[in-house]
Amino acid sequence: MTSPSLVGKNARRFAAPSVIPGFGLTFGYTLIYLGVIVLFPLATLIWWSSGLGFSGLYAIASEPRVAASLRTTFFISFAAAFVDLFFGLIVAWVLTRYDFPGRRLLDAFVDLPFALPTAVAGISLAALYSPNGWFGAPLADYDIKIAFTRWGILVALIFIGLPFVVRTVQPIISELEAELEEASATLGAGRLQTVIRVMLPPLAPALLTGFALAFARSIGEYGSVIFIAGNIAYVSEIAPLLIVVKLEQYDVPGATGIATIMLAISFAALLLINLVQAWSRRRFGHV
Amino acid sequence: MLTRSPDALAATEGSKRGTSIRIEGVEQDFGAFPALRDVSLDIQPGELVALLGPSGSGKTTLLRVIAGLNSPDRGRILFDGENATNLPVQDRHVGMVFQNYALFKHMTVADNIAYGLRVRPRRTRPPRAAIKARVMELLQFVQLDGLGGRYPAQLSGGQRQRVALARALAIEPRVLLLDEPFGALDARVRKDLRRWLRDIHKQTGLTTVFVTHDQDEAMELADRVVVLNEGRIEQIGTPEELYDRPASPFVISFVGEAVALPVTISDGHVTFGGRELHIDTHGLRSGPARVFFRPADIAVTAEGSGDLEGRVESLRRTPAGVRATIAIDGYDQTLEIDSPLDRSASLGGRVPLSLAKARIFPADENGDYVNAGDGI
Repeated sequence: MTSPSLVGKNARRFAAPSVIPGFGLTFGYTLIYLGVIVLFPLATLIWWSSGLGFSGLYAIASEPRVAASLRTTFFISFAAAFVDLFFGLIVAWVLTRYDFPGRRLLDAFVDLPFALPTAVAGISLAALYSPNGWFGAPLADYDIKIAFTRWGILVALIFIGLPFVVRTVQPIISELEAELEEASATLGAGRLQTVIRVMLPPLAPALLTGFALAFARSIGEYGSVIFIAGNIAYVSEIAPLLIVVKLEQYDVPGATGIATIMLAISFAALLLINLVQAWSRRRFGHV
Repeated sequence: MLTRSPDALAATEGSKRGTSIRIEGVEQDFGAFPALRDVSLDIQPGELVALLGPSGSGKTTLLRVIAGLNSPDRGRILFDGENATNLPVQDRHVGMVFQNYALFKHMTVADNIAYGLRVRPRRTRPPRAAIKARVMELLQFVQLDGLGGRYPAQLSGGQRQRVALARALAIEPRVLLLDEPFGALDARVRKDLRRWLRDIHKQTGLTTVFVTHDQDEAMELADRVVVLNEGRIEQIGTPEELYDRPASPFVISFVGEAVALPVTISDGHVTFGGRELHIDTHGLRSGPARVFFRPADIAVTAEGSGDLEGRVESLRRTPAGVRATIAIDGYDQTLEIDSPLDRSASLGGRVPLSLAKARIFPADENGDYVNAGDGI
């Protein structure tokens, strides 16, 4: 499709002259990769659901069980990403700012939710938080139920989302000069003022990125959630599970319909987060 | 504690009495490495003092101890006779300018300067309009009017330096501390800022301490210079004292160029490579020693009267005369001597040299200096 000379011409137009060759090759690879791996499957999804039309999609979305599952998925994902924002920041701060024995080991633990098969995480969490589990039993004494409720979903999503925040914020924290804190202190600011006025603003863009990643991951999370959620229709049933349920009932249009709606909402949410991020970079990013 | 009237806020220039700083036997260890060893120092109100030393000499550590950013393991810091050793940084009211300025990059220049006033508790915080006025005044004071809306990234190095200074001055500090204030700037900007800092010091009357590794900077700016080496104070003195009466071999070689000749003292006579040097040994013990002198203190002299002899390696014409590179017999480095035209020797020829001024310090067997003696 593309002759070398054409790529060469494009290269001259799109890329600044560089000593490192390979614009054509890498650009072509990027396009093919994104096309085959990302866009093509998404296009297929939209193609499949296009038979439904907008009215069909609306009908699926307003089906009470589907609507409930979408609400569950998006609200709890948002809440989990929000919690991760705080804990992730604290974990990242401790791991970069302090030197203590076992720091590297602890640092490696952060990645475990990345590496662990999500089902393993789900089963362990369910076992821990079930009414006779190590955490679940003491909590049950106070009439707090975590496993097999929406809280269970929240716990699972917090678990899998944490590394995203930690890993995006960590490098920025290590770049913050200690002198900034000291300057703030010599000017009379207390610790809390220093944190809020001096340390947090430069971290805002990275925190938002971490939040977006954790949120996106949570929306699609399946394995760890289904074991702990209890999957009660209208209460603790997540949208990805409902897709599987519909597929098992050979309701392919219903499944692709939910998937398309999720795709649209996710895209809108991430776009919004990106816009906020672009704004925060302009606002705080004069680095 | 300092209580400030609203009027005091308006006064930036003059009329302010400086704070005296007293440092008593301060010691600080970083692990096994002693950063400060028994440092005592008195700084007069309104004085401009330079802490001079090579990297690792403890000069920045000492500045941080004064600021309250490091707490010393032993010793005391007194501000105006009051013990400030355990006073937290926030309450010390020091204006600190950091080496890399440490400006808040997400804040505008004006917000940076206003920061120290805005973080005050409501009780002592000036009203909004007063803060704004103060920022304007300081921007003018550091000659950055109209740049209040810029971000630090949009400023040049010299401008950032001035913002950092304005921010430090905004809180009406008792003392002004500057860590390598001109370290990150290019030579021409440094020159301008030096003069400017001197003016600022004169106008504010603040007791000012700055750290530098550049002896020219220390000598040009400071009323007194504190020379530090390996965590100890080598000498405290005015620039004249340091140039004319250096107290140790370290000071003479660190403050300006110096030539060190290995000599032997026997019965009050100093010999170098078999020749006797006419230097007063001032009752120094016989044994190995070193003679230090500045290149400017050696000159080509008349035949037969020289202390030393050297060979002319190269000759270069200068506006005033001739610059000769001369290798002294028995010394492994060459030195450059400016001499008037009529005294010039021929290339490769031998010339007698006379020492106008020199200092002699005894050395032990390892070549380490033990204590100081007086020179000619």
